[in-house]
Amino acid sequence: MNYEPARSRGSPDVAANALMQQERRTGAIRIANVLKIYGSEAAGVRAVDDCTFDVPAGKITVVVGPSGCGKTTLLNAIAGFHSISSGTIHLDDSLLCGPGRLKADPGPDRIVVFQNGSLFPWKTIVENVAFGPIVQGRLTRKTAIEKARFMLAESGLHNLESNYPGEISSGMRRRVEIARALMNDPKVLLLDEPYRALDSLTKSVMHEALLETFDRNQVTIFFITHDLEEAIFLGHRVVIMTTRPCRPKKIVSVDIPHPRDYSVLTAKRFREYLDETVEAVHQEALKAFDAGERER
Amino acid sequence: MATIGAFTQRAAQLLVSVKFWRGTIAVVAFILVWEIASRTGLSQVPAPSGVVFTFNDLMRDPSYWFSWYLSVRRVFLGFLAAMLLGIPLGLGMAVSRTFSGIVFPVFEVLRPIPPLAWVPAAIIFWPTQELSIMFVTFLGAFYTVVINVIGGAQTIDVRYYQAARSMGSSGWDIFRRIILPATIPSIVVGATVGIGIAWAVVVAAEMISGGGSAGSMGGAKGGGLGFFIWNSYVGGSYTQIVVGMISIGIAGYISSALLRKLGELVTPWLRDQ
Amino acid sequence: MKDLQSAFAGDVNVGLAPASSPAVSATERAGRLESIGFRLAQWLRSPRPYLMLVGFALFLGFWYLTVEVWKLPRFSQMPGPTAVITEWLSPDPTYGLSIYSPEYYEHIWVSWRRVSIALLLATATGVPLGLFLGWSQRFKDYVFPVFELLRPIPPLAWVPLAIIMFAGSETPIVFLTFLASFYATTLNTMLGVESIDVSFVRAAYCLGAKRRQVFWHVIVPGAMPFIFTGLQISVGVAWFSLVAGEMVSGQYGLGYLINTSYTMVQYPTMVIGMITLGIVGYLTSAGVRMLGNYLMQWRARELAIGAEK
Repeated sequence: MNYEPARSRGSPDVAANALMQQERRTGAIRIANVLKIYGSEAAGVRAVDDCTFDVPAGKITVVVGPSGCGKTTLLNAIAGFHSISSGTIHLDDSLLCGPGRLKADPGPDRIVVFQNGSLFPWKTIVENVAFGPIVQGRLTRKTAIEKARFMLAESGLHNLESNYPGEISSGMRRRVEIARALMNDPKVLLLDEPYRALDSLTKSVMHEALLETFDRNQVTIFFITHDLEEAIFLGHRVVIMTTRPCRPKKIVSVDIPHPRDYSVLTAKRFREYLDETVEAVHQEALKAFDAGERER
Repeated sequence: MATIGAFTQRAAQLLVSVKFWRGTIAVVAFILVWEIASRTGLSQVPAPSGVVFTFNDLMRDPSYWFSWYLSVRRVFLGFLAAMLLGIPLGLGMAVSRTFSGIVFPVFEVLRPIPPLAWVPAAIIFWPTQELSIMFVTFLGAFYTVVINVIGGAQTIDVRYYQAARSMGSSGWDIFRRIILPATIPSIVVGATVGIGIAWAVVVAAEMISGGGSAGSMGGAKGGGLGFFIWNSYVGGSYTQIVVGMISIGIAGYISSALLRKLGELVTPWLRDQ
Repeated sequence: MKDLQSAFAGDVNVGLAPASSPAVSATERAGRLESIGFRLAQWLRSPRPYLMLVGFALFLGFWYLTVEVWKLPRFSQMPGPTAVITEWLSPDPTYGLSIYSPEYYEHIWVSWRRVSIALLLATATGVPLGLFLGWSQRFKDYVFPVFELLRPIPPLAWVPLAIIMFAGSETPIVFLTFLASFYATTLNTMLGVESIDVSFVRAAYCLGAKRRQVFWHVIVPGAMPFIFTGLQISVGVAWFSLVAGEMVSGQYGLGYLINTSYTMVQYPTMVIGMITLGIVGYLTSAGVRMLGNYLMQWRARELAIGAEK
C-alpha cells in the first residue's frame, strides 16, 4: 500500500525544530498498579484496579474502552484533578502521584484538551491562546499575543483571531484549544475524547490536523476514545481497557509509519490491526452494556 | 426513604459534619454580637434575650395567633387567585400567538408597577379592606406565576411536538399530554417564588392599610402580622417588632418549603436529577 | 438554567451594540443599521404590532367604559383614562401635578436617586459576597447559614426596625431598598459562580494559573451573565421595596406621591404616579439589560448565533 506523506510545513526554524524532535525524550508516563476507589473501601466504586502500562515519550498513545470504564479517571489522575487510592504515576523521573502524595498538582507540563471544549468564552481566540504564558509570567502580554498569532497562522486559523469561541464551529474550537495547549511547550498533551461530539466528516479533518500538529511538535500525546478506528488511525500504541474497573486488556503497537493521512484508513495493514483488536473491544463493550453503564 | 432510621442516620451524619458546626458557630457568634451591641447601646435594636421572653409571652396570646390567621388567609387566598388566573393565562399565551400578541404587551406594561403602588387604588375599588389586601397579594404572585409558566412552555423541546404529531396526536392531546406536564416544573418554581412575594407584599399592605376591618376585631395585636409589627412600633414595644419579623420569616419559609415539597410530589420524573 | 437565562437576557439586539467596540468596522456598522431597518420592516409586516394595538385598545376601552361611560358601582369611584390623561398633560393641572409641573420631576428624581444609591450599595456588597460564597466552600459554610436565616424576613418587615436603627428619613428607605436588592444580587452571583463549568477552572489550572488568577480570569467573567440576570431582578425588587418604604415613611418620591394623593382624594394624580412608576421601573430594567449586553459582547454574539456546543 502506498500513501503520500502529509504535506510538509515550512516553519521559520526547521533545522532547530528537527533537532528538538530528535532530542524529545521527555514526557514518558509510567502508570504502575494504580487503584482508584470512589467512596469507601467496602461500598465504593472501583473505577481503576491494578492498572499498569507505559506511555512512551514523544509518541501517541491511545486508550480505548467502553464508556464509564474509568479511562477518564486515569486521565484526571495524571492531570492532577483527582487523587488515586494507591499505586504510582511517574512523569519521566519525577513522581506525579503515589504513596504520601495521592494527588498531583495540575500544571502546564501536562495540559488537558477537554471533551466539550474549554476555551474561555469571554476571551477572544487570540487571548485564549496567549493565556498560558501570560498567566505564568513567562512572556509579556505583547510577546505572548504575537506568538499566539503566529501559532494560529501556522494552523491556518489566523482569520479567527478576534472572534469569540461562541462564534466559531466546534471543530475550529478544538484546534484552537490544542494550539493554546502547545503554546506552553507541554511535555504531555492529554486529550479526553476531544472529537466525541463532532460528526465523522469533521472528525477526519480533525484527525489529520492533529497528526500534522504532532509532526511539528512531537509532544507526547495521551488520547482517550471509545472509537477503535480513531485509535488505530492516530496512535503509535493502542491500549484496550476492560470495563470498570479498568485495566489494560490488550496493548498493540501500530506499526504504520508517520506521517499518516486518510488513505491509511483503507490500507491493508490498517484492516489487519482492526482485525486483531476489534474482538477484544467488542467483548468489553458487551460487558459494559450488560452492566448498564450510564453515559456520563 | 422517609423512615425513622434513615432520619436519625442523617441527623447523626449532620452532627459530625464540619459544615454544620461552622454554620452553627457563625449563627451563635451573630446572636452574641447582636446581644452585646444592644446591651451596650451601640445599636437601638432590642436584644435577643428580650425577644425570646416576648416571644414566650406572645405564644400564649390568642390575638397574636389571630394575626397569623389573618395574614395566612390573605396570602393564601391571594395566592390561590394568582394561580387560578395566572396559569391559564400563561398557558394561553404560550399556546396561541394571537392571544399572546394581544395580552402580553398590556401585561408587560402593567408589570413594572409595583403591587404596593396599587394599595390605595385597591382600597378605593374593593368594598372591603380584606379584599383590597388580598388583591395586592394576588398581584404580587400573579406576575411571577405567569412569567414562569410562559418561560416553561417556551422551553419545551420542539421534538416532543414533532414526535407526538407523527404519532397522530390532536391539538388537545398535545396540550394535555405534552404542554401541561412539561410546564409543571415551571409552575412550581413560579408558585414557590410567588408565594414569597405574596408574603412580602402582605406585610407592607397590612402596614399601609392599617390592619383592615377584621383587624379591629383582633385588637392591637390581631390585625395581621404586618399590622402587628407596625402597631408594635407605634406603641413602642420594640421587642415585639422583632418577634413579628421573625414570625413572618418563619411563615414565609414554611409556605415556600411546603410548596416545594408539593412540587416534588407532582413531578416524580425529576427526582433523580 | 441556560434557557431561563437567555429568556432573562431578553432579545439580543445586536444592532444596539455601540460602534466603539473593538471588533466593529465601518462596514459592519452600516450593515447593522440595515439589519435594524430590515427587522423593523419585518416586524411591521407581521401581525404583532396590530395585535398589540388591539390589546391596548381593549384595556383602555374597558377602563374607559366601566369608569366614565357606564359608571359601574365600584368602578365609578376610580379616575377614568380621560381624567388621568388630561390631568397628566395639562399645563394647568387641577391638583397641581402634570408633566409641566417641576414637582413631578422632583418626585421622579428623588425616587430614582434612592434606587440608584441602594442598587450601587447592593451591587458593591452583594457581588463580592456572592463571588466568595461561590468560590470558597469554607467561607460559604460560615457565612451562608446566617444569610439564609435573615433572608426569609421580607425587607418590608424591616420598616419599623429600619426607622429605629437609622436616623433621618432618607436612610431607612434606602436601607430597605438596599436589603431587597442585596439578597437577590448575592444569591444570583453565588449561583453564577457555582454554575461555571468546572472544565474552565481545570483548564486554567492546567495552563499554569494560580488560584488568584483563576478567580480573576475565570470566575469573575464566567459569573457575569448570572450577575447581570441578578441585577435585572434586583432592579425590579428595588422599585418594589422603595415604593413600600416611601408609602410608609418619608417625603417626596413616587410612592409618597401615590399615598398622599390618595389621602387627599386627588385620584387622577394617584394614577399618574402609578403610571410613572411603571415607566421609570421599566426604563431602569432595560438600561441594566443593555449595559449587560454591551459589557458582554461575547455573550451577545453567542446568543445571536445560537452557537452549538
